[in-house]
Amino acid sequence: MKEGRPGWEAAVRIGLAAGLAVVFVSGLLALLGVSPARAFMEMASGSVGSAGKLADVLVAWVPLLLVASGLLVTFAAGLWNIGIEGQVMMGAVFTTWMLRLLQDAALPPALVLALAIGAGMLGGALWAVFAGLLKTHGGVNEIFGGLGLNFVASGLALWLIFGPWKRPGVGSMSGTEPFPEALWLPQIGALRLSGWALALGVLGIVLVGALLRGTYFGLKVKAVGRNARAAFLLGIPTTRYMLSGFALCGALAGAAGALQVTAVYHRLIPAISSGYGFLGLLVAMLSGYRALAVPFVAFFFAALNIGSIQLPIVFRLDSSLSGVLQGMLVLCVLVVHGARRRFRREAAP
Amino acid sequence: MNIALENISKRFGEVQANEGISLAVPAGTIHGILGENGAGKSTLMKILSGFIRADSGRTFLDGAPAQIRGPADAIRLGIGMLHQDPLDFPPMTAVDNFLAGRTGAWRLSRPDARRELEERQADFDFRVDPGARVENLTVGERQQLEMVRLLSLGARALILDEPTTGISALQKDRLFAALRKLAADGKSIILISHKLRDVEMLCDEVTVLRRARVAGRAQAPYDLNELVRLMFGRVVTREPRLEVPTGGPLLTLDGLAVEDHRLRLAGLNLEIRAGEVIGLAGLEGSGQELFLRACGGLLRPAAGRLRLAGRDLAGEPYPVFRDAGIAYVPAARLEEGLVAGLTPAEHFAIVEPGGGLVIDWKLTMEQAERRIAEYDIRGAATGPVDSLSGGNQQRALLSLLPPGLCLVLLEHPTRGLDVESASAIWRKLLDRCADGAALVFTSSDLEEILQYSDRVLVFFGGQVAGPVPASAMTVERLGEMMGGQP
Amino acid sequence: MNGESLVLVGLAGILSSATPLLFAAIGETLAERAGVINLSLNGTILLSAMGSFGVAVKTGSLALGFLAGAVIGAFMALIVAFGSITLRQSQVAVGFVLAMVGRDLSYFLGAPLMGRPGPTVPSWPVPALGDIPVLGPLLFRHDLPTYAGFLLVAGAWFWLYRTRPGLILQGVGERPAAAHARGANVNRLRYLYTIFGGALVGLAGPIYSLSIKAGWMGTISGLDGLGWIALAITIFGGWNPWRAALGAWFFALLQWLGLVLQPHLPGVPMQVLQVAPFPLMILALLLVNAGNAEWVQRALAALSEPRRRAAARLLRSLRAAPPASLGEHFESR
Repeated sequence: MKEGRPGWEAAVRIGLAAGLAVVFVSGLLALLGVSPARAFMEMASGSVGSAGKLADVLVAWVPLLLVASGLLVTFAAGLWNIGIEGQVMMGAVFTTWMLRLLQDAALPPALVLALAIGAGMLGGALWAVFAGLLKTHGGVNEIFGGLGLNFVASGLALWLIFGPWKRPGVGSMSGTEPFPEALWLPQIGALRLSGWALALGVLGIVLVGALLRGTYFGLKVKAVGRNARAAFLLGIPTTRYMLSGFALCGALAGAAGALQVTAVYHRLIPAISSGYGFLGLLVAMLSGYRALAVPFVAFFFAALNIGSIQLPIVFRLDSSLSGVLQGMLVLCVLVVHGARRRFRREAAP
Repeated sequence: MNIALENISKRFGEVQANEGISLAVPAGTIHGILGENGAGKSTLMKILSGFIRADSGRTFLDGAPAQIRGPADAIRLGIGMLHQDPLDFPPMTAVDNFLAGRTGAWRLSRPDARRELEERQADFDFRVDPGARVENLTVGERQQLEMVRLLSLGARALILDEPTTGISALQKDRLFAALRKLAADGKSIILISHKLRDVEMLCDEVTVLRRARVAGRAQAPYDLNELVRLMFGRVVTREPRLEVPTGGPLLTLDGLAVEDHRLRLAGLNLEIRAGEVIGLAGLEGSGQELFLRACGGLLRPAAGRLRLAGRDLAGEPYPVFRDAGIAYVPAARLEEGLVAGLTPAEHFAIVEPGGGLVIDWKLTMEQAERRIAEYDIRGAATGPVDSLSGGNQQRALLSLLPPGLCLVLLEHPTRGLDVESASAIWRKLLDRCADGAALVFTSSDLEEILQYSDRVLVFFGGQVAGPVPASAMTVERLGEMMGGQP
Repeated sequence: MNGESLVLVGLAGILSSATPLLFAAIGETLAERAGVINLSLNGTILLSAMGSFGVAVKTGSLALGFLAGAVIGAFMALIVAFGSITLRQSQVAVGFVLAMVGRDLSYFLGAPLMGRPGPTVPSWPVPALGDIPVLGPLLFRHDLPTYAGFLLVAGAWFWLYRTRPGLILQGVGERPAAAHARGANVNRLRYLYTIFGGALVGLAGPIYSLSIKAGWMGTISGLDGLGWIALAITIFGGWNPWRAALGAWFFALLQWLGLVLQPHLPGVPMQVLQVAPFPLMILALLLVNAGNAEWVQRALAALSEPRRRAAARLLRSLRAAPPASLGEHFESR
């Protein structure tokens, strides 16, 4: 029940890894003739420098949090749910579909929104279960099945945007016709941030944390993830638990997609997932698969994403630097972790 | 080749595998290394063959100190080792296995290799088909292939690790004849075994290991009682079989047929009674595993019926078998039995029937402590299960079985355990019998089979003989039947 | 142009447009045969496409561009090898992170190269052979990378099945302990093949940016995702170079069909045809793996004996088992 021993040693490790990643990125910046200190300052002030920016960070934090929470479940079940990106997208597609269906009906907007978010969760879950079925019943590794389904989901979204759901006139990359303001999730004051979305994100990680820590379901999922054969012989229906893990993760990813539609973009756009699925994988890995660490890591990553928007404006640099820093952080943690274990082993008599 | 090992020590983590072992094998002799499971025999020989490296100690070959840093060095110096589980490449053909790792031209010439393989086989009357895939060969054939391969590399010393486990009587005769011939040619042969009879038949001299050290040496002719005393530190007497009156029919097999890609067992008829113990004897891979898995619902029978208390379970999935009171205990404790990384307490929570949504850890811990005491598991309820010793893992595995089972199926229930742990395990199992459960188990320890079984089924190449009452059998007779003699 | 030659040109185009996938899939096949999954392909290809284009633009040398691609691929593979073999971290984790970093790094560093003109590999019909009817236009009127691709497939197959080192390579992935017992240095060979395979993957980059999709267009280069496809092709290829080549050609055929059929299917938006290969790829993976699934075995058991044997044989011929030690660590003690 104790999950690792964080303590000062882990802190030193993470500090060392972060240092390495920062040194690497600083080197890149220096190479391009930009002062790393200035770039980091700009990114910091661009993310937490004002209430408006902080709200933007939280807008990005919510989907990351939801996605990473879901991935904690699939990682616990020993699954590499790389199809998460497509699951976010299908969440957005299903939500859009439900909103289109009900926007002219005489129903209270709150009910429509609830149904739409529910539909999004269902869409994400279905897409995840599809990848799961390919694994459990078709012998297709979830990494490859999931990758293929990502492409299919983005193809489907594109087709809807340019085909059946295109704007009056001609379809474009700017997405479908925006929904009326009544169907937007209520926002906090003049900020783009929705309190409901924030609550949903927090609820997701709390639920998953409790599920993995204190329930029979969570324990059995972990058993399946660590040793599926033994779990099966101990009487756990492994296939069902794997599929449940997929479904739960997909539902949370679908919720992230639903919020992108109802709280952020208010329509379906081709890049609706914003890459949060893949980024969520990095968040879960950097958190050491611990629910407690996920909100902080997700916040940091969200801040990097928002802060890096300053780079093209101020320095004419590409904003993908945030992705480089995020990836290098995880890579350095893996390297430092491995080096420590290796050092330990060699130091042993 | 004259081989001398001096003061070899090796430690794996917490376990001292070899401690200050010295050994001398003159050229042209067959030397036996005898000892219980875990005594350190294989480790010592893996060190000589370069497969693992010693922490300290020296090796002399023909009087000169030798540096063996890896298998490549050992091969160059003329030392070859046949591992207990033949270290070959199953999906590749025999001739490719023969070729892999040999030096020579970059380009392969399979016809030449095939010819050489056949010629070398002819010396020993071995008949492995060069074109066959190794995964389709018997263990004995794989050994023969490995032996011929090692000799073709110029081995002057040959180490064999438990070569008679899993091969037929005929193959064993051929093997022993070949070894005698090689020794007569001046090669040194080292035979690792825990079988006294093999050592007695073959070896000029024996070194007995016990708990990582040399317990003693002996030369032919041997006093077998003395060897046993050296191996175990005392003469073992097994406790007498607990008599449990057997009850009515429990599981009825009716024309059952099971098969995998290699083997087919057909027309099995058997009635297992409550309280009965059935031992499955046979060389590894003779079909007893298929039989056991079919009884447990892990392998779908190709034909026939499998009736438990009148209900046909054939074709039902494993959970139905489990719910019907049939339990399956695999041999690979950490691979199939327990979940490494989880604690015993978490294991108990997993098998807890019913249960709600939220785990009551206080209650679970209480139950865990109770089961740990009842099964005498030495280790904490909250430490990872993989840090327990083998015997404690096996006890943990048994403690996870639900109460009130009607049939317990066990693969090698005491494999790798010392005598004390083994009898503790059996006491727990026989308690189950007293409660009316039947036991079916496989074992490669024939004495274990005869001691604990009421009836024995003997498997040989897909044929099943028996059931025979265990009281009417001897170890020798059982061995003959396992080797295919009617 | 008559219909027959149109088909011929189409087929020739498929062969050459499959070349980068061929390089990547063969490179990955070699690494996986040694037991190492290099999941970084998507990032590696993007980074090497950008890097080699940059080098070629700066130096004006195509050869240096290709060399840069190979070096970048080898370096990414070195990180995978170091992380998984020396540091014993999960191969999938290290590879995935590199796939992400490589992609973002290529966009970040490649921004100044966006839309710049650069050198491209000229077509070089083989003298004499190029004039043979049918075979000439099909096989001998390409550029050098395409010919190299043909040779690579044959060479990889020959190395794997017809040479001593190839036999040991098979053994290292299948059962490292047995290869170790035969005197092979398992982890050194794993490093070697992972890095060499990575260099081949890296060559896929310049084949795009200096030939097939010449130039660097950042996120709209259309290269994002191809690395994942190459990984799928490796599995579809059952770790056999010829089958991997078949997979690459099949994928290129599907993409070409999408383009060709588009005008004839006005009701179907372009986007659907563009992603059509992906579901088909999944279907293909399904076929390759179906024989391993339990319900298939159960369904087979219900058939009559001769039919069952025939169906089982068909599935077995399609089926491909990965090298047994794929993704696992090996350590001699």
